Amino acid sequence: MNESIRYAWFGIVAILLVLLGAASYVQVIGADDLRTHEANTRELYKQFGGPRGPILVDGEPIAESVPSDSTSFDYQRVYHDPSLYSGLTGFYSLAYGQTGLEQRLNDWLSGQSDDLFIERIRQSITGAENPGASVELTIDQKTQEVAYEALPEGVQASVVVSEPDTGRILAMASRPNYDTNLLAVHSTTEASENMAALKESGTSPYLNQPTAEIAQPGSTFKLIDTIAMLESGEYSPDDTVNVPNELPLPQTQNSISNFAGGICDQRDSADLTWIFAQSCNTPFASAAMDMGQEPLLDVAERFGFNDDSISIPLSVEASTFPTDDLPDATLAQSVLGQVDVRATALQMNMIAAGIANDGTVMTPQLVESVRGPDLNVLEEPKPKVYSEAISSETAGQMTDMMQEVVQSGTAMPARSSIPIAAKTGTAQIGTDGKVNSWITGFAPADDPQVAVTLVYQNVDYSVGHKLTATNLKTIVEAVVEQ
Amino acid sequence: MDQDQIIKKPLRITELVLIVIAVVIGSGAYMLGGIGMDQDINANYWVQLGVMLALGIIFHIVLRLRAPFADQYILPLALALNGLGLAMIHRLDLVPPGESLANNQLMWTILSVVISIAIVWGIKDYRNMRRFTYIWLLASAILLILPFLPFIGVEIYGSRIWVNLGIGSFQPGEVAKLTLAIFFASYLSANRDLILLAGKKIGPLTFPRIQDLGPLVVAWLVAMGVLIFQRDIGSAALFFGLFMAMIYLATSRLSWLILGVSAAAVGAVIAASLFPHVQARVDGWIHAFDMDMIYAEHGSHQVVQGLFGLASGGLFGSGLGQGRPDMVFAANSDMIIASFGEELGLVGLAAILILFFIFITRIMRIGLSARDAFGKLLAAGMGCTIAIQLFVVAGGVLRVIPLTGLTTPFMAAGGSSLLANWMIVGLILLISDTANRPMQSGPMVNASGFGAGAAVPGRPIGAGEPK
Repeated sequence: MNESIRYAWFGIVAILLVLLGAASYVQVIGADDLRTHEANTRELYKQFGGPRGPILVDGEPIAESVPSDSTSFDYQRVYHDPSLYSGLTGFYSLAYGQTGLEQRLNDWLSGQSDDLFIERIRQSITGAENPGASVELTIDQKTQEVAYEALPEGVQASVVVSEPDTGRILAMASRPNYDTNLLAVHSTTEASENMAALKESGTSPYLNQPTAEIAQPGSTFKLIDTIAMLESGEYSPDDTVNVPNELPLPQTQNSISNFAGGICDQRDSADLTWIFAQSCNTPFASAAMDMGQEPLLDVAERFGFNDDSISIPLSVEASTFPTDDLPDATLAQSVLGQVDVRATALQMNMIAAGIANDGTVMTPQLVESVRGPDLNVLEEPKPKVYSEAISSETAGQMTDMMQEVVQSGTAMPARSSIPIAAKTGTAQIGTDGKVNSWITGFAPADDPQVAVTLVYQNVDYSVGHKLTATNLKTIVEAVVEQ
Repeated sequence: MDQDQIIKKPLRITELVLIVIAVVIGSGAYMLGGIGMDQDINANYWVQLGVMLALGIIFHIVLRLRAPFADQYILPLALALNGLGLAMIHRLDLVPPGESLANNQLMWTILSVVISIAIVWGIKDYRNMRRFTYIWLLASAILLILPFLPFIGVEIYGSRIWVNLGIGSFQPGEVAKLTLAIFFASYLSANRDLILLAGKKIGPLTFPRIQDLGPLVVAWLVAMGVLIFQRDIGSAALFFGLFMAMIYLATSRLSWLILGVSAAAVGAVIAASLFPHVQARVDGWIHAFDMDMIYAEHGSHQVVQGLFGLASGGLFGSGLGQGRPDMVFAANSDMIIASFGEELGLVGLAAILILFFIFITRIMRIGLSARDAFGKLLAAGMGCTIAIQLFVVAGGVLRVIPLTGLTTPFMAAGGSSLLANWMIVGLILLISDTANRPMQSGPMVNASGFGAGAAVPGRPIGAGEPK
């Protein structure tokens, strides 16, 4: 019987060798295929539970990873003041992935960026955990707070404040917003419940409204019209233009009129500065039909319309001005910021900022600096020119005209000891009388420090009109250093 | 002269030293797992270490008293594997929301070791067991039928292999593996001559007579019954493998293996075509990495998650408490091999497999040294059982064969498996004690034959038969 016991033992040796071979294959030789298999969520979990660099505003974290009580995940992503910053940071969620800056800056924050290569080697030697890089934003906390105050609860609204000569964004906020922490929870069931509740409430946690929501800009688009008119050489601020009460549109039964019961109808003709300040419709529609679509499209694109490549580094939805040939009747309405013309709050802010900066539009930027774990600067975006949109002469004329809007025109509630230049807009949407109320401008007019844009969407005219100019003034007075 | 002075009892120092090392490994891993899961090392950890050390030392003392010639490696190896299992179960307990299976498992460990000690203490001569051949068969049958009895039988995850004893569930099939091994050893040691001598020679192979095929048919029916009624593929394979191993050990006849493997193949094909749960296991094995298969209801999710865990462990593993073995279903029982592979790496998993290999090799060696056919068959048979069980479970986890639910001996959470394996340890120690005990006989006396009766010092003794 000993012979069979020996042979059986050979069988047991064979079993051991097969198991060792299989383990070697699974764990070492073929392991990479398994690690990268699409059904393998381990890497995701590892990254999700790992440390991650903070997002800072004025040196204080608005998003940071703190050690977690959970033993499955070592860290929990925590957002501070999510109502102020949810649109910017986006969320970092196991269940729903990443959005906003969490997504756009993921390579930096997670420490996976190529620029952190040396750092990773150092950590793999010392055994330290990779905490990722920290990102400081251009946002100014006080400005952000003031700007957010200008957005009344229950209204869909956005605000953008930027620095005209650098493109640095000092404030960017919107309503409605949400608590980012609800989606960053470790439990995917909890996250999906919270997500369902958010959707129920009609809030989209995926969009940063100031850069993603494109709305009809209404009369603020007259900034583009006026620039095209001045550049054509046919018009100057003091030239007198006709102000018909009603402008029939060619080949249609429709006509364009001025704001019902407004001051425009009291005059038959006036200088361009006056009609700009009072935002009369008919002269601009008429001028657009005279000039044609080409120069208007050109000016609009110089300021950023139809460009879907802008990244701050949040991706910015392209604002649109039609490139197809428009019939005159449609063009006449488009130049009033209606029909197919759409713009983000950031786009209208770039127009004001470009005028403020002597005609040079700077590329908007949210990131101040990226620092490695030992505080060495890894990246510091320099101010970049987006386009030399208009001449400084045109910019000067526009500034004067925009000041007149505040002094005697549609933005009179914004009159302040600080000289403010601005343009208001009211876009009719649908037929139920709701409007988008806009204002975009800058201050001080003689030495611009900030460009401010506010938009209240889908509001009653009376509500929106009351809010825009007053809140612009509030923001300017709070943040401009005198 | 007094016998005890002639036969010097070993002090079993090797065993004592190895027990301490085994407890340090097991309870050290227990603490490291706790530290890895951010626990403070409180009194409970030292109690656990104390309990394990006490169990080892008490067993050691009992062996010194009752089985001083028993193999010195078996007990430390079993303690080390048991301790590592406890460590992994405890570490997985700490994953929120948290469980306390490790304490339960420690209770079972105490009970199992105590019963193992009782076997060593109480059974005077293991050879007496062979007298009750059919009692063991009856016991096996009862154990296998228990889960079907009303009130106590429970079905868990589609397999009807559990009984609820009120204090917790128990898998009687685990113990049946032991009683069946005793039955086969006893039957075959009594009948092997008959089976060996009679038979038809076809070519180089001698095939058994039809009437001698009885036990094989019984084993095949048991395996198929388990497969069909209990829906437990792993246990069916284990029972049949156990029988095939023992009949081969008894007869050294390849012909039996060929017949047995053919019967198993036929059974497997019938099972695969008739029973969807068997078919699903095979499909989940072959097409494991198809996305559809992974997310299918009875798909390959579990084995694939285990493989992902093993792959993430790599060569050196994440370290205890640093991986995510909890992402695998049944990480502390059927898949505990994957949990070790993830946190201890290939190095740690290979070490565990080699611990098993040494354990089984020692058992086979005891089989070699046993002096009676029953002892040889029982020891080698149980060695083969553990080897087959390890292959079925680890091979399933590593995707060498389809994954079937079987416990990893000594490691997996579950009291019945632990109890059965510690009972094996007790029996093996008894067999090895008897095997190694020096023959109790006085000075050789040549009582008959050539030169009988004379033993003159300094002169060569003539042998009984002249050369």
